[in-house]
Amino acid sequence: MAIKVRIPTPLRKITNGSDEVAAEGCNISEVIENLETNYPGLKERICEADGKLRRFVNIYLNDEDIRFKKNLETELKENDEISIIPAIAGGKF
Amino acid sequence: MSYMKALKCRECGKEYAKEALHVCELCFGPLEVIYEYDKIKEVLTREIIEKRAPNMWRYRELLPLDNEPSVGAQVGFTPLVRAHNLGKALGLKELYIKNDAVNFPTLSFKDRVVSVAISRARELGFKIVACASTGNLANSVAANAAACGMESYVFIPYDLEKTKIMGTIVYGATVVGIKGTYDEVNRLCSEIAGKYGWAFVNINIRPYYAEGSKTFGYEIAEQLGWKLPKNIIVPMAGGSLITKISKSFKEFIKLGFVEDTGTKVFGAQATGCSPIINAVKEGSELIRPVKPNTIAKSLAIGNPADGYYSAKVMRESGGWGESVTDEEIISAMKLLAETEGIFAETAGGVTLGVTKKLIEQGRINKDESVVVCVTGNGLKTQEALNGHLSEPTIINSRLSEFEDLVKANGKEYVVKA
Ligand SMILES: Cc1ncc(COP(=O)(O)O)c(C=O)c1O
Ligand SMILES: [Zn+2]
Repeated sequence: MAIKVRIPTPLRKITNGSDEVAAEGCNISEVIENLETNYPGLKERICEADGKLRRFVNIYLNDEDIRFKKNLETELKENDEISIIPAIAGGKF
Repeated sequence: MSYMKALKCRECGKEYAKEALHVCELCFGPLEVIYEYDKIKEVLTREIIEKRAPNMWRYRELLPLDNEPSVGAQVGFTPLVRAHNLGKALGLKELYIKNDAVNFPTLSFKDRVVSVAISRARELGFKIVACASTGNLANSVAANAAACGMESYVFIPYDLEKTKIMGTIVYGATVVGIKGTYDEVNRLCSEIAGKYGWAFVNINIRPYYAEGSKTFGYEIAEQLGWKLPKNIIVPMAGGSLITKISKSFKEFIKLGFVEDTGTKVFGAQATGCSPIINAVKEGSELIRPVKPNTIAKSLAIGNPADGYYSAKVMRESGGWGESVTDEEIISAMKLLAETEGIFAETAGGVTLGVTKKLIEQGRINKDESVVVCVTGNGLKTQEALNGHLSEPTIINSRLSEFEDLVKANGKEYVVKA
């Protein structure tokens, strides 16, 4: 499944400056693993050591917070768009 | 002499220099000020504090400044009122009102956070201060900026109470009303803070700003005779105040100033904006944002920055949370005014209304000490009472008309000869 992922400013160093990247996966977890393969270091910024999403990182699937869906297990369809957004936006970000 | 050590991420523990930072660059968690408590313990005692002037700076070792405060030297040490009449009405044995409706200079607890934030912003070299506000913060930033000769920008939802808007503009602040909710105001301010590099007291200066609220809790403990209350009820918007009151009690315990007698911390919100209460009631760690609709505009934050930590404070202290409707808010504002002579703003109505509910639910033990936090002044939210108070009776300046009135009211009084 091809998915579009929007990257917030503080993580763009890892994506070589891109604000949007393509990824593959049938659910959010798989997308994160796929991102980590292509952009090493990205996963630890958004997930705890045990794989759980960090408390102050939000992931939106088509504008809905995945925490209120099936979290990392939320299933994806072709051409879905996800956004990674720090909960406390602003400041130097 | 400063005992402020560093900033530290509340989530992953990474430490940062004490600059204008508020988010952890590693995990995006919020940053908090940490202190050298062992050193504070060597130099600060209850007796030293008691000898100092009656304002919030009597606890200065526990506040995040490198030097003396440069604005707001008189803020704080507001009355802790033993509320016998209201206590009787509620069936409580030992009730207190902590009354920041008379805090100086702008009649809300926000003067505590703002005097710390602006003093710190000046230490860090900022020339312009700003904030995103639901009203009280706007008043305080504008007044305190004026008092120290700084330029200020205040961003608010456009539909705030008129008094809160006028009470900001009068100090010469540039006031920008945003067509949207507080959460939209806040989002815009985050962008402006990043781009213009101004000191937004509750955004990039937030770790320092938030510490100012601790003084509300320190004062309660000292005014109770160096004791903690068994129950405290705190109004919540972003959830910073309740978190910092809890921190203040823990710090006093750590310093040996009070005994740990197990304070239950209760949170209060309006039913029309209760994202934190919803999470507490559902037993969830997740705060689901809401779109606010309540007369308690000062508390109308639908996506509270410290919601998670507030819910945690309530849960871990054995407290709870409740919400009240607009009608309940108004009747509680009247009850407080009529029993104690204290005119609180809508947020005070929320706090007292919730207190009443928690007593009825049996969650607050009537024999224990209870502190109700009044954080803002009723004169600023008078329009909430429109149509809810009786009108004055208008008569001509004739004694007979007055006597007719007494009769019409069914009253009879003893007259002198
Ligand atoms: C009168 C009053 N009480 C309480 C609060 C809640 O403060 P916090 O955002 O720290 O929860 C506010 C916030 O604006 C307020 O204006
Ligand atoms: Zn962190």
